[in-house]
Formats: sequence, structure tokens, C-alpha cells
Amino acid sequence: MEILVCVRRVPDTSENEIELDSQGKDIARDELVYSINEPDNYAVEEALQIRDRVGGTVTVATVGGEDDEEVLRRELAMGANRAVLLSDESFAESDGRGIATILKNFVQKEKFDLILTGVQADDGAAQVGGMLAAMLDLPFASLVNSIEVCGQKLKVSREIEGGNKEVNEIDLPCVLSIQTGINEPRYVGMRGIRQVASVPIATLGASELATNSNSVGRNAAKVVRIDYFIPAQGKGAEILRGSREENADKVAELIAARGGLR
Amino acid sequence: MVDTISAISTATSSLPLRELILSVNIAGLLAFSYVITRRLQPLLRAQSDPRFDRPLRRLQTVGKYWFGQWRHPRYKFAGLLHVTIFAGFLLLAARAFSLLIQPVFPQFEMPVLSGRIYGLLTDYAATVVFVCMTIAIVRRVVFKPARYQAPAEFGKWRSVDAVILLAAIAVLMLADSLVAATTLGRDHGTLQPLAAYSLPWFFRQLLQTHTANALAPINFGGSVLHAATFYFLLCYRPFGIQFHVETSLFSIYFSKLDRGTVKPVRWDIPENNLDQVKSFGVKTFQDFTWKHILDFYSCADCGRCADQCPAYAAGRPLAPRLLTIKARDYAFRHYPVFSKFDNGHALVGTIYTEDEVWSCTTCGACEEECPLLVEYIDKIVDLRRGLIDDANVPQSLQKPLKALESRGNPYGKLEKKRADWTLAAEFKQACPVKILNGRTQAETLYFVDSTTSYDERMQAIGRASARILQAIGEDFGILGASEKDSGHEVRRFGEETLFLALRDHNTEAIRGAGVKKIVTSDPHALNALKHDYNDLPPIEHITQVVARAVREQEMRFRPLANGEQVFAYHDPCYLGRHNQVYEDPRAVLDAIPGLKRVEMTRSRDRSFCCGGGGLMLFYEPQEEQRIGVLRVRMAAEAGANTIVTACPFCLTNLEDAIKTAGLEGKMTAIDFAELVDQQMVQKRPHKDSETKYETAGTGD
Amino acid sequence: MNRIFAYIVQRAGMIDDTAAELAQAARKIDASQTPIAVVTGSGTALDMACDSLRSFFGEVWKISHEALAYPNAELVRQALVRLLPEKSIVLISHDHFGIDLAPGLSIKLDCPFLSDLVSIDQVSENSIKFVRQEFGGQVSAHYVCDLTSGAVINVRPGAFRAAPDSALSGIIVDKSDGLGSLAAKRRYVETIVAETGDVDITKHAVLVSVGRGIQEKDNVTIAEDLAEALGAAVSCSRPVVDAKWMGKSRQVGSSGKTVKPKVYLACGISGAFQHLAGIKGKPFLIAINKNAKAPIFQVADIGIVDDLLEFLPELTSKVRELRGAVAK
Repeated sequence: MEILVCVRRVPDTSENEIELDSQGKDIARDELVYSINEPDNYAVEEALQIRDRVGGTVTVATVGGEDDEEVLRRELAMGANRAVLLSDESFAESDGRGIATILKNFVQKEKFDLILTGVQADDGAAQVGGMLAAMLDLPFASLVNSIEVCGQKLKVSREIEGGNKEVNEIDLPCVLSIQTGINEPRYVGMRGIRQVASVPIATLGASELATNSNSVGRNAAKVVRIDYFIPAQGKGAEILRGSREENADKVAELIAARGGLR
Repeated sequence: MVDTISAISTATSSLPLRELILSVNIAGLLAFSYVITRRLQPLLRAQSDPRFDRPLRRLQTVGKYWFGQWRHPRYKFAGLLHVTIFAGFLLLAARAFSLLIQPVFPQFEMPVLSGRIYGLLTDYAATVVFVCMTIAIVRRVVFKPARYQAPAEFGKWRSVDAVILLAAIAVLMLADSLVAATTLGRDHGTLQPLAAYSLPWFFRQLLQTHTANALAPINFGGSVLHAATFYFLLCYRPFGIQFHVETSLFSIYFSKLDRGTVKPVRWDIPENNLDQVKSFGVKTFQDFTWKHILDFYSCADCGRCADQCPAYAAGRPLAPRLLTIKARDYAFRHYPVFSKFDNGHALVGTIYTEDEVWSCTTCGACEEECPLLVEYIDKIVDLRRGLIDDANVPQSLQKPLKALESRGNPYGKLEKKRADWTLAAEFKQACPVKILNGRTQAETLYFVDSTTSYDERMQAIGRASARILQAIGEDFGILGASEKDSGHEVRRFGEETLFLALRDHNTEAIRGAGVKKIVTSDPHALNALKHDYNDLPPIEHITQVVARAVREQEMRFRPLANGEQVFAYHDPCYLGRHNQVYEDPRAVLDAIPGLKRVEMTRSRDRSFCCGGGGLMLFYEPQEEQRIGVLRVRMAAEAGANTIVTACPFCLTNLEDAIKTAGLEGKMTAIDFAELVDQQMVQKRPHKDSETKYETAGTGD
Repeated sequence: MNRIFAYIVQRAGMIDDTAAELAQAARKIDASQTPIAVVTGSGTALDMACDSLRSFFGEVWKISHEALAYPNAELVRQALVRLLPEKSIVLISHDHFGIDLAPGLSIKLDCPFLSDLVSIDQVSENSIKFVRQEFGGQVSAHYVCDLTSGAVINVRPGAFRAAPDSALSGIIVDKSDGLGSLAAKRRYVETIVAETGDVDITKHAVLVSVGRGIQEKDNVTIAEDLAEALGAAVSCSRPVVDAKWMGKSRQVGSSGKTVKPKVYLACGISGAFQHLAGIKGKPFLIAINKNAKAPIFQVADIGIVDDLLEFLPELTSKVRELRGAVAK
């Protein structure tokens, strides 16, 4: 099975404190550490496991610039066969639809049986997977937490309310967005990355992908971020300021007062 | 002997003793040589290991541990038994050779080790060894010490094997005694003199009535039995735990001389060529070094290592001795003496499990205990390197490893917050800490390391240590944001590449700071900077610094206010066992007036690990109870209600364990630096040369 | 301003609070329009849903087809594309179904997609300025979107409160005829219900809920002790389940269980929206967290800035004392 995983390099929420910069309109970016978006990492692991079960290749691709190569290299170290960077000046400041368009043009140059994305990025909108599928007229399923290959079809389950699972049958080729927890991603260390340091990463630009500025980049973006801000705090909770013992006393009383002691 | 022989020849002229013994000798030696050659093969195919350096030091090691049986008395009864047996063997060795050679070359006499006095000594030696064999068999069969038990899957063969060997040695002694009892003396007229009440003497009594001629066949029979048993043992030993008789001299001669270090990925490939190495660590048997394989052969399965192992005591799937025995069984199975070799199987997943490999805290208790100086830590690290190379890392470790890579600490916290512990309001006023960032300089570097920098509880150790250094007038600073994790556990968990990156970064930062010495309150950092790093200024632990200050009367203590406290000092593995700092912390504690101290049964080099530090805090082991809980109970048993230790990880584990064990309110734990900071009477030099004494702050 | 529709998911004839919320959101975008609800399904279930929706919407478009008996986003999308007028503005709740439907729908309708909208700043004839949250709620962002070709908007559940006095009596319009046949390359097979496990947290009036702040599996007993003293149950947030410290049946949140307790103790929980989405009915919320800036303190009634590993045992002993006193 020829599998494509669309990945993204993001500031890792658990290893960063997101704050506004000194001007107050954007987040402070100087000390951010970046890594692959966590759901995308699960998607790559899933792709590798499927490939190891049924054969084929795994390609990872991202829309971005030079900085994003490190994430592609990490996924190569993890075991992907091929990495592609989709990069061009005209791609800058694309909105979600623009990104999906770039990916669509790439997919149309190749032949993939299965396309995976992570369900969402922390600063994302959970949209690229669904958009890409619609652009390619391929069936789509989001929040996938298990995949079974059954010939030319897949049996996938989606995460829905209440911790329940919705089981669907979906025809190949298709697009799936992957939820975290679907598997246990394998470890990638510095040595692994060094070992793939010289593997070439193909870069495709606007001409190779035949994109035009009506559909990608700043001009084509219909949804545009104006700024980041911290909303004014509402009243919020009444913070108890006593000693630990006093606070515990108060809380116990409050719970009792609300009939919480049974 | 001549007459005996001719007497025997006469009496049994159809049986040529000389030819028989000669044949047995030749056949036995050939067989033995063949077996040994086959047993050597895996070593020849294994990784290199440079153990031929420092011959003088190695000979000293042999003198102390092999000849001197230094480790044995740590287990009194078994130790005494073994020392006796060993002495007996040494004494009897010459006699045994004589008994093998003399039937063939009657003129032969061993130089020095023959003659009447030697004969008397060896008579007793044979007796004692025989008695020891009986005791040993009874001990194994009737009393069944827990140490020797093997898990069910190993079957009963092990005990049967041990008994066979012990019995064979007993038979050897009987044969030896029989021959001695029936040998003519030098004057050829009478039987040779025997030591009174020795085994040969008893045989002589039993055979009183026989004539010289009648004794001859017994002598002949004894000689043949002796030769046969001797060669049986010689050739059988390499198939079991008694192979250590042959290999112990070598395993001890070639043992590791450098405490606290970890072997490089490959001894024969320098660090900067590591990228060329296709595979890191031990995945298949031949990835071990020849010394490690020699270790597998040398294990006597005595179980002392597992008896001391904290992981084993807690019910984790790791027992050091089983690690060795399983490898040895693998070697015997896949490199058999009598058939084809067959290698290349992955060890983890067949003889080892992943949990087994990750369970080790690298405390070193096993290595400290083993009488044969078998090594464990390097093997575990190599197995872990192999797992990491195959991307086979438990999920619980992936996050901290990733955080160490991107943020230089396992918590994923920001680099710029590494020195925030120095900014606590009151502390900042009383004890401003310099950050050595190029513009500021200092004589001494206080290397904080990650846990003391970021863990809220452990930051108190940092502050206490800083106040101590200030009090003794040390000109010190910290690296602050440019300090990264020392990488001590990163290396011991097998992530060598990440470790090298951390090490190189820190080395540059330390050298750039231009300090003359380094102090730390973290024994893991101490061990890393001392043994894993190169070309750094000398480094000490805070206990050593304070002990010196006390000795030189630079520090005094107020009497302890709380008369109810009974302290037990817990030796941290990486301060005590690996770096042999036992007395300094105790000397300081004893210098505090009114401090009552008890010693736990397992202390100093027998200290029982708290559960491990660094990455071990993140790993989720399979265990029946927590290692820390076992340790805390030991403190309670010793009569203590306060545990004092000198390591942030020990403190974390023990404080947790106190809660888990339900001992809150009955037991507390405190760090050495906190205690010293609490009790020290601070001497601050003033500009006008008059020294003023101020009491220290009451801590955080 | 283009016509505004709200797509409402019905299951077995039931709709949830988001229906009223979407109606409110629609009014915020264009107060002059009566919002139109669109609902799909078949049989009596669909009729029941349409009936409920009449209270919130002036018009309810009923789309009936047996293939739509179970809400399959792939089929629903086809239906909407066929039946909605061009340049419509479609509001959908940002939940498991909305994530599945909306992005693809925006492509087929050839209009922009606004995801997880939290509030609306400003609306003009052709554009909307709105707010989203990013990075787990640590920051908010203002976005602007051109509405001239319509839009598909996913609205965060609970972001808009249903106006209490806006009960309507809408008309039901059957649009099923224009539908035609529906076929998709994705077919619904079945739903696997999550195991309840030994404890059903949805049935408890008091919950002691733990998050990442519990730090390790062995510390869960601290929460269990408190729960026992209170006669409560222990629940948790998603990271605790991901780390395998508690089972999935204990998870409260948009991908876990929805609970309606009287008292909820959020211990070491940061207050991410996905977790809060699982708490309904406005319980008395007590938050305990080491981080004074944790978003949970915005929504809690009482807050304690403390280490839960230290505070909970203290609280447990106080509760036991109180019990002892009460029992006398």
C-alpha cells in the first residue's frame, strides 16, 4: 500500500510556555522548541505499522520551509521511506484551504492508496484532512483510532462521544485523520536522525506542483488571523488564602453544605 | 613408591599401572584441551575489551580477591566454608599432580611441595575438604538456602548438578586419602607417615590388618580412582557452575579497575567514529565483549548478587545472577562443545525480557558483592543501548528523553528557568548566587543538575548548599541556563548519542566558565563529571567539602533542638559504593552536638538502593513493592525516625516511600545539606577582620 | 448577508443543548434573520427531532432518506450540497460529527471554513471578526473571514448560551424530495459502546477528578481515599487515561463521559475545554492546582492554589473529622 502522511512542525505545547511577545500581538517565538505535531506522529507510526503488515511504502510530506526539514528527517529516522518538502515563496501565509490545495496538487502527481493526517494541531483547525479528501473526491473519516486492512477496503473506528467507537467501512483510496492513542509510537533518538542525515529530501515548488496564486498563499487566504491576545479574565474562582489546614476545613464544610457528604 | 609399584606390578602383573595412568593422563588432558578450546571460541568471536593494561595493579587484585578470597567472608558461614575449601585446594594441588605423575615417572617429586611436612598438611587438607563437601551437600539438600533457588523454568538439574560436583570432589578426597594411606614411605620399609586423625589416617586404621602386598591393589585402585575422578572433574567443570575453578583466576585478573565508569560503545572505535558503527549495544551474543563472556562462564551461581539486588528484592523481573546464568546457558547451547555453533539470535525477547533490562537501577550492589568480580552494569547498559538502537523504548521514557533533547532536562521546563531556584525572595537577599555567564567569574562551580534546579522540593537542597558554600567563604557560582542535565542516567539508560551531546555541551560551558573546582550536592552529577566526562577541574561532593570544613574547624554546629530524633544515614549508591565516600558524611553528622545516630544493617558498601534516580523516576516497573518502601522499613527497624541522605533522588524516593509505607508522622527524611544548613553556626568574615557569628536562617 | 442555516445532529430523535446554542449564534451573526435548522434522518426519529427543533428555529428543514438514518457525515454532506442554496452560511457544532463534516463541506460548497469559533467580535455585511483559542487555551486569537461566498462555521459547544425567552413555534419544511439517491464510499457498520467498568461516573453526585497533576499511577490512591471519605467516585481527564493510570470509563470530557454531578473537585486539571465540555449542569466546582494561572480557575467556584498531593490527604482527614462529628 502506498501511504502518504501529511505532517506539520509545531511548537510543542507541553515543552513551551506560550506567552505574548513584547508587542502583544503575536506569541513570543524566540525560545520555542518545535517538534512534529503529536497526532501526526501517531499517524506516521500507524502508517509504518500498516506498511510492515501489508507491504508498500510510506511517504511523509509537509508544507513549509527549510526549518521544517528537521521534522521530515525525524520521520525518516522513524522508518518512513521518503520525505518531500512542499516549499515555495508563494505558499507563505496560506490558510488551511491553501495548505490543502498544495497537498492536493502533490497527491495528484503521485499515486497513493491511503492518506493520513493528524486530527488537529494545537494552533490548527482540524481541517486539512477533510478538505484534502473533498478536493480529491476521496472518502474521509476523522478521529480514527483503529485501522484494519481488508483488501481494498479499510475497517476503521472513530472516536465519538462517551468514549464510544463508531465502526465504519471505507473504500480505498481514502483520507483519514488520526487521533492520539491509536498506537505507541516508536522512539526516535539523535543517532537515528544522524543516520538519515544524508538521505535526500525532495523539494517541490509552485511550478512542479502547478499551483497558482489564486488558490494558495496570502492572497487566496479567506480566513486570516489578525492577532493573538490574552482575553481579560472574568471574575473566576474565589481563591482561598488560608493555610492548608484552614483551606481543607473550609472546603470540607462547603462540600457538606451542598449535600456532598453521603 | 617404587616398591609399591613393583609390588602392585607383581601382584597384578596383567595390569600395567604405569601405562593405565599415562593413558588416563593423556586422554584427560586431550579431552580437557578440546573442551577448553571449544569454550574459548565465543570469546574469540566477541567484541574487544582492553584488559591487558596495568599488570601490577591486576596482580594486586588477584592477590586480594583470588588468593585472599577477600569478598567471601561477607557471607560468614558460606564464606568460611569456601575459604577453607579454596585453601585446601591450593594446598592439595601439588599433591594431586604428584599422584598423577608419579605412577608414570616414579622419580618425580614436586619441588618444595612434597616431603613430610607437606604430606601432613595435605593429609589434614584432604580431611577438611572432605568434611566441607559433606557440609556443603547437606546445606544444599537439607537447608536449601534461598539464595540458591532457581525459578521453576530452570528445572531441578541445577541442584542435582551441584550435588554431583560436590560429591565428586569428596570422592577425589577419598581416593587421595586411600592412596596416601597405602603408600610406602621414603625408606621403603614402612608405609609413609600420616597426620593423626586425618582421613588417610582413618583409612590406614581400617586397613591395619593388610599386608603390603594386599595394600598394593588398593593403592592401585586409589590411584586409578583419583586419576579418573580428577579428569572427570576437570572435563566436567566447564559444563557447569564449577567452571569458575578454572576461570576465576582470569576473571579476577581481567576485572574492571575503573569504578563508576561505563564502557564506551565499542572499545576499538573512538567516539568520533561512532557514526560508522552499524549497530549499537548488545543485541546478539557476540555483541558482548570477551570479558563479559568470561564472566558468564565464571559465575558460581552463589546468588549473593541477587540477594543484595534491590530490584530483585522488590519483585522486579531482574536477578543479576539469572542474567548471567541465562547467558551462560545460551553460550553452552549455541556454542556447544560437541556440535555446530549457531549464533545471531536476539537476546531480548528470547532469554531476556525488556522489563528485566530496564529494571536495573545501576546501584552496583551486585558488583560489590560478587566474589568473582563479575560485572553487571556495563552489560545492562549495553543491552539498553541495543534496545534504544532498535527504537524499542518504553513509552514512559520517551517523553523525558525527548525533553532532555530539546530542553536539556527531563521535565521539559524552559532553560531560562533553570536558575529560578535562586530567586526565592528571602533566599535571594541572604545568599545571592552568581551566574557564570562570561561576565561574572568564580573559583568554584556549583553544578546543580536538573532535579535540584527544577523540582520544587529539591530546590531546597540547592538553596541549603548555596548557603553552606557562602558560610565557608567559597567563591562560587552556577552555570544557570547554560547548564544542561549531566546525562548520567541518559548514558546508563543506553542513549549514548544524547549523552555525548549533553556532555560536550556541559564540558564547553564548564571550561568556558574558567572555574578551578566543582562542587555538587547530586551524587549522580558527581559520578558523571568525575567518570563520564574528561578534562574537567577536580570535583567534590558537598559532604566532602563540609567534612573538610569541620576538620579544619571552619564550621561549627548548634546542638540539635529536637531530642526525640534518631537519625539513620542512608548511603546514596553513587556517593558511597561507586565513589567510596562513606566516612565524611558520618563525621559531619557526629560533629553535630546532640545528634543521635544509628547505623542500618545494610550500610556503607552494603547500602540498599533507594530505587534509582534520573530517568528511573519516570520508568514504570513491574514490581511487587517499591524499593524505597523496603529501605524505609530498614531504617525503622534500626530504630531511626529520621533518615538523612545526601542525594536529591534518594530524598525524593524516600519521602515518597514514607507516605506509601504509611509511616507519615512516624518517619521523616532530610537531606544532608538541609540538616547542615539548619544547624550550622555561620561565620561571616567582616571587612574589619573581626569575625562575627550569626545563626543561619531556618531554611526555606 | 447570506442565509444562515444550522445543521443539527439527531440521534434516535434526540437533540442536545447545542441546537439552541447554534440558534443563538445565528442570531448573533444576523439578528434580522430567523435561523433555519437543517436536520437529517428517517422515520419517527426524524419527526421527533423536527418537533423539538421548532422551539428554537423559525424554520426546520426536514431531510428524510433511509440512508441517513444514522448520521454519516459523507452522506450528510452530499445531501446538504444538493439542497442548500449557494453562498449559505452553515453553522455546525464543533464536536465529533462537526469535525467530520465541516471541512469537506466547505470545499464542496466552495466557501471558507471557520473552526471551533468561541465568540464573535464583529459582523459586517461581508465579513466576520471572531475569536478562536489555540495552544490548549493558553492564548486566544482574532480572525477575520470574508463571508461573501458564504461560510461553514463550527461553533464551540457552550460558547453561546441559549436565550431563555426566545421560544418559537417554527414550521417544518420537508425538503426530502429534492434529494435523489445517496451513495458514499464510507459505510456505517456499528457503534461499540465503551465499557462502564466497575464504576459509572455518570451516576455519581460528587466526583473527585484527577488530571496530569496526579503525576503517577501510585498517587491515584490519594484521590481514592478522598472519594471513599466523601462517598464519591474518582474520575479523570484524558492525559490520565493516555498514560494508562486510569481506565477510559473514568474519563470526563468531549471524548469521554458527560457527567452532571452536584459537586466536582478538579484536582491537578488545567481546565482545557475538551475536559470541561464533559461537565454539564453547573456543579459546584472546586479547583485545586499548583499553577495559579491554570485556566480552570476561570470557571471554578472555589480555587485552592496548592499541590494536590499535599492538599487532598489534608482534605480527606478533615472530611473524616466532619463525618465523625456529624455522626455523633
